[in-house]
Amino acid sequence: MQVYLPIAEMSVNALLVLGMGGLVGFLSGMFGVGGGFLMTPLLIFIGVPPAVAVGTQANQLVAASVSGVLAHWRRGNVDVKLGVVMLIGGVIGTALGVWIFGVLQRLGQIDIAISLSYVFFLGTIGGMMMLESARAIIRRRAPTAKRGKLHRHIWLHGLPFKMRFHRSKLYISALLPAGIGVVGGILVAIMGIGGGFLLVPAMIYLLNMPAGLVAGTSLFQIIFTTAAATLLQAATNHTVDAMLALLLLVGGVIGAQFGTRIGSRIPGEQARLMLATIVVAVALKLAWDLFAPPLDVYSLTMGVV
Amino acid sequence: MRARLGGGRLWVARGLGGLAGLALAGVLAVTLATTVWAQQLVADLSSHLIAITTGFTGTEVVLFGTTDGVGDVAIVVTGPKMPALVRRKERVLGMWMNTRTVHFSQAPSFYSVATSRPLDQIVSKTLLERQQIGVPQLTLAPQESLDAQEQAEFRDALIRNKRRAGVYTPTTGTVSFLGDRLFRTNLYFPANVPTGLYNVEALLIRNGEVVSAQTTPLVVSKIGFSAEVYDMARHRPITYGVLAVLGAVAAGWTAGAAFRRV
Repeated sequence: MQVYLPIAEMSVNALLVLGMGGLVGFLSGMFGVGGGFLMTPLLIFIGVPPAVAVGTQANQLVAASVSGVLAHWRRGNVDVKLGVVMLIGGVIGTALGVWIFGVLQRLGQIDIAISLSYVFFLGTIGGMMMLESARAIIRRRAPTAKRGKLHRHIWLHGLPFKMRFHRSKLYISALLPAGIGVVGGILVAIMGIGGGFLLVPAMIYLLNMPAGLVAGTSLFQIIFTTAAATLLQAATNHTVDAMLALLLLVGGVIGAQFGTRIGSRIPGEQARLMLATIVVAVALKLAWDLFAPPLDVYSLTMGVV
Repeated sequence: MRARLGGGRLWVARGLGGLAGLALAGVLAVTLATTVWAQQLVADLSSHLIAITTGFTGTEVVLFGTTDGVGDVAIVVTGPKMPALVRRKERVLGMWMNTRTVHFSQAPSFYSVATSRPLDQIVSKTLLERQQIGVPQLTLAPQESLDAQEQAEFRDALIRNKRRAGVYTPTTGTVSFLGDRLFRTNLYFPANVPTGLYNVEALLIRNGEVVSAQTTPLVVSKIGFSAEVYDMARHRPITYGVLAVLGAVAAGWTAGAAFRRV
C-alpha cells in the first residue's frame, strides 16, 4: 500500500514504514531508549530528505515520551523541579539547534553535519556502553571489585546558583541540569533523537541523581524539548511531515509493547551489551558512508533553499 | 487558445471508438481556428489536471491529436521552471563534503519528449537547438561565471540527477499514428512529479521543419488530505506545529493508557 507523504513529497510503502516503526519501537521498549537514533538513519536510508526525517522524528518522539513517562509518573519516579530546570535549558538548546540546522541547510552542509554528529555521539556513547557492560558481565562472574566513593566532588559542583532538589536529595548549581538540557535540546533539533542515551549517563555521573528517578525525569524533559523542536522545525524549516509521523507512531507504539515484555526477561548487562552493539553498528555504517566514494559527487536541490 | 476550443474534450468523451466523430471534430476545430499554424495540428489531453492524492503513485495522461496530412509529431512536456542548486562533493579530511555550489535560476522541474520517430531522423540538430527540443538542447545557464568545461560538468550533473529521479525522460519514439492523421501518446508522470503549471507542446514536423505547434496547459496539484496538510504546513506553520504536537501528545497518552495493564 503506497502512501504519499505531503511534506517529504514522495510516495512510500505504508507497510514498510509501519514495520520500521514497529521494529524500532520493539527495540526501544526492550532497551528502554527512545530509538530516534535508529529511526532517523532508517528514514534517510529509504529516501526521506534528512531535514524531514529529523523534523518528523521530533514529532514522533513527543508521543513516545508521553506514553513512556506515564508509567514513571504513576510510580512517582519524576523529579518535576529538576525536570523543569532541565527543560528550560532544553528549550534554549532546541531553539539554538533549529537555528544551526537552518544555517547548515542553506550552506548545503546539513547532511554531513547530521552524519558527523551521529558518528561522534553514537560512536563515543556506544563504545563506552560496550566496555562498561562487558566489564559488568565479567565482574559478575568474579565479584571482587571494590566499591567506589559514593560522591565525587568535581569543579562542576562549585558553580553558582545553587538550588535544592528535594525529590532527588540534591543541592547543586542550577546551571548543571540546565546545561545538560541545552546539550539535549541541540541533539533533538539536529539529530532528531530524544537524547536519552546522553542525558541518562550525564544525570547519573554529573548530577549524581538517584538512579530510580533518572529515566522518568529525562523522559519528562524530552517531551518538552521534542515538542519545542517540532514547533520550531514546523515554523521555520517546514520539515515536519504529519503523515509520516502518524505512521511511525502507530508502528512504534505497538512495537514498544512487545519490546517491553521481552526486555524484562533479559538481564540488564546483556541488554546493554546488545544495545551498545546496535549503537556502534549504526555509527560504523554512517562513518563508512562519510568516507566511501558517493555514487555521484554531484547532487541537486530544487527550489529556493 | 486557438484550436483548444472544445473539440478536444469532445473526442475524449467519445474515446477511440468514434473515429468518424474524431475526424468531424478535427474538421470543426480546423474551421474554427484563427491562425494558419493551428489548422495543421490539433491536440488535447485526456485530463488537464493531475491530482496528487494520498494514494498517488504516478499516473498516465493520454494525448490525442490530428494533423492535416502525413508528418511527424513531437510532444514536449515542460514542468514549471524553478531555481536549482547543483553541489559538488570533494574529499575533505577523507570525508566527502559539499564544497562547490552552482545556481541555475531557471531549470524545468520536469521535462519529457515523445516523438513518432527518433528525433535525429526527423529534424536537424540546428532545428532541435532552435526549438529547444530534447534534454541536451535545454537552455541551462548557471548564474556563476564558470569556464566552459566546468559549466558543462555542472549542467550534465543537473540533467543526470533529474534523470535518476525520473523527471527528465530520455527522448524516445512513443507517439503512435492511427492511419495518417490521428496520433496518440501516453505521457507518464511518476509519483515524485513536481507540482505546478505544465506546458504540453505538440509540434508537427514536415521535411525537417516545424510547420505547426500547439500548447496545452496541464496542472499538477496536490488534492485532498495531502493538499490540506501541505497548505497548512506552508501557510499556517505555527498552527500546524501546535496541532502536530497536540496530536502526538494525545496519541502517546492514549497508547500509554491503553497498554497500562500490559
